[in-house]
Amino acid sequence: MSSRWAACALATLALTAMLFAAAGDGEWFKKVPAKDRARTNPYAADADAPAAGAKIFAEHCASCHGEDAQGKTQGKHNRPNLHADRVKQATPGELFWLLTNGSQKNGMPSWSRLPDAQRWQLITYLKSLP
Amino acid sequence: MVSIDATELQLMNSYALPRQALLVRAVVGVVMFLGAAWPVHAQENYLVTYSHEMEEPGNLEIAAKNVTGAPKSGNAFVATALEFEYGAKTWWTTELYLDGQTTAGESTLFTGFRWENRVRPLLREHWINPVLYFEFEDINGADKALLEIVGHDRREDLLTRNSRNEKQREAELKLILSSNFRGWNISENMIAEKNLNADPWEFGYAIGASRSLALAASARPCRFCPENFALGVEMYGGLGDRDSFGLPGTSHYLGPVVTWNIPRGPSLRLSPNLGLNSNSNGFLFRFMISYEIDQVFSKLGRHP
Repeated sequence: MSSRWAACALATLALTAMLFAAAGDGEWFKKVPAKDRARTNPYAADADAPAAGAKIFAEHCASCHGEDAQGKTQGKHNRPNLHADRVKQATPGELFWLLTNGSQKNGMPSWSRLPDAQRWQLITYLKSLP
Repeated sequence: MVSIDATELQLMNSYALPRQALLVRAVVGVVMFLGAAWPVHAQENYLVTYSHEMEEPGNLEIAAKNVTGAPKSGNAFVATALEFEYGAKTWWTTELYLDGQTTAGESTLFTGFRWENRVRPLLREHWINPVLYFEFEDINGADKALLEIVGHDRREDLLTRNSRNEKQREAELKLILSSNFRGWNISENMIAEKNLNADPWEFGYAIGASRSLALAASARPCRFCPENFALGVEMYGGLGDRDSFGLPGTSHYLGPVVTWNIPRGPSLRLSPNLGLNSNSNGFLFRFMISYEIDQVFSKLGRHP
């Protein structure tokens, strides 16, 4: 009896969690709060930041977005080209918000485990892309 | 005396060589696959506690989590949990563990498997981030992997002679709460475990805090840069069971954790743990090596 109860509890927990997660979020650009959108990059003028950001990119991002950041197709997933206008036009605050929260529905994980400074360095690198 | 003529030798070689060649090819294949794989940093900075960091989708982490100890009046042991962690989705990580151990003067044996899943219900980053964890484990009484401490787990459990007779089919639930703040990660795990055949629910906890040694990355490539190291501390222990919830008769451990993420290489993690009361083993040493392969199925497709 108790094992059946435990199995039911497990199944309910799994189902609830998956339903929550499957709800997903919408287009990330529209969801960035105004105060996050307006944030400025403290590493924008740092001479070392593009090189440091490139190193972080190679370590964490290149596997999906390509070593040249041109994007990739992996199976049925299209990993975006980071030279695109959408990235160029995004404010540093918007990119920081995306790196922090991810776009989980679209396969982009949260990078909150990287310290703030490294996320800003990465943004400096992305903004330096031609 | 058995004599072997030249024809028989030729025949034997014709069987032996392909087998050797296959083995060599298999080894070379694995080395090339791992070489072609782009290893990236492993996730957590702990050995017992879980944070809300999930495996990146499509990535496979292979890790050996080891613990060694020499219980008083018992035999020294080394236990290994070989871990295969796969990022199924950004919000769902699934893992298979294969456990084994060797005890001095006794034996070396496979002690069972565990299948765990972690689901992140809230997709955005919050000041505190919950993760739901559920696991099924089918292990035997000789298991010493000590991936968590629950109920009234105590030092005496490590003194029992190796035996596969006792089966432990268990369900385990965890509520993982974790926050990242100014470079720090602070994580709390609440654990509930149930032997599916008998015994009441058992409870436990694990808490940890860790921080990278440098918050900003240096511009030059380096293996020993401070940003590749993280320091932390974790504490874990049992909280009794449904019939006798609380601290009496439980064991607890505390220890620092040092992590070294080698760029484009494996991650190494060390943690000496001190037992905090007479129910605990005096000292446990945990160490782990992990290697993460990014986009593993894409790579398999590319290298048939």
